Amino acid sequence: MPDIEYILGHMNYWLFTVLMMTGLYIVVAKGNLIKKIVGLNLFQTAVFMFYISLGKVTGGTAPIFPVDMEIDPSVAYSNPLPHVLILTAIVVGIATTSLGLALIVRIREEYETIEEDEILKIETDLVHVENKILGEAMGGRA
Amino acid sequence: MLETFINLGLFVMLVATAVAITRMRRLFGVTMMASVFSLLSAMLFVTLDAVDVAFTEAAVGAGISTVLMLSTLTLTSRIEKPTTRSPLVPLVVTAITGAAIIYGTLDMPNFGDAHSPAQVGVAARYMAESPTDIDIPNVVTVVLASYRGFDTMGETAVVFTAGAGVLMLISGLRRRRRKGDDKKEETS
Repeated sequence: MPDIEYILGHMNYWLFTVLMMTGLYIVVAKGNLIKKIVGLNLFQTAVFMFYISLGKVTGGTAPIFPVDMEIDPSVAYSNPLPHVLILTAIVVGIATTSLGLALIVRIREEYETIEEDEILKIETDLVHVENKILGEAMGGRA
Repeated sequence: MLETFINLGLFVMLVATAVAITRMRRLFGVTMMASVFSLLSAMLFVTLDAVDVAFTEAAVGAGISTVLMLSTLTLTSRIEKPTTRSPLVPLVVTAITGAAIIYGTLDMPNFGDAHSPAQVGVAARYMAESPTDIDIPNVVTVVLASYRGFDTMGETAVVFTAGAGVLMLISGLRRRRRKGDDKKEETS
C-alpha cells in the first residue's frame, strides 16, 4: 500500500495524464478538423505542464535573481532548463498550429467541408468514378 | 499545503474546460474554451514558478492562437456536424495509452524533489555560474539567449518556415475564389 506522500508526490503527473488523454480523445474521436487541432493543443499544453512540474523545487521560487545580483545562498530556485525548453516549444507549437489551420482552409476550399467523414466519402466516390472509367477503357471487364 | 490545494483547484477547472471542449459542437465556443484553457494553464505555470512560460502561454496560447482560430472559423464553418462513429474505440485507445503513461510515472521522483535527476545535471551549473558569466538576473533569459542561443536561432528558422508555408498555402485565396464564381456564372 503506497503511503500518502507518494500519492501526493505523483498525483500531479496523473492529473496531467488525464488532461493529455482528453486531448488525445478529441483528436481520435472527433471528425471536425478544427476541433482536432484544438485537441492537439490540449495535448501539447498538458505535456508542457508535465515538463514544468519536473523543474519545480518545493519551497523554491522563480529562477530570477535580485536586481543588484546579491544572491542569498539560502534561497532555493526552481530549475530554469525546463522553462527554456517549453518557451521554445510554445512558439514552435503556435507555428505548427497556424500551418495546420492554413491546411484546413485549403481543404475547405477544395472539398467544401471540414468534416473528416465527408472528405473520406468524396475521396471514395472519386476513386469509384476513376475505376469505372478505367474499366470501360479496358473493355468493360474490370 | 496551500499550494497543493491551489494546484488541485486549477486542475479541476482545467479538466472541466477540456470536457466542455469535447462536448461542445459550436466551434466559436470551442475556440473561447481553448482560450480559457490557455489562461488557466498560465495560472498553473505561475504556481509552478515558471513565470516566463506563463507570460508566453498567456500571450501566445490565449492571444495569437485564438485570433488564428477565429480567422479560420470565418473562412470555414462554425458548427461541428455530429459524427456517426462510435466513441468506443477512441475510449479504449485513450484508456490504454493513459494507463501506459501512468505506469511510466510510477518510478519517477516525487513532485518538488530537490534531488531528482532533473535538478542535479547542468542546471546547477547554470544557476551557479550565470551571475559571474553573464550578469543578467533572469536565468531563463540567460539560458535562452546566451548559453543556448543556437537553439533559439533554430526556433526562429522553424517559425520562418511555418510562416512561409502558411503564406504559400493561402496566398491567392481571393483570386481563386473569384475565378470559381466566374465559372459558376458561366455555367448557370
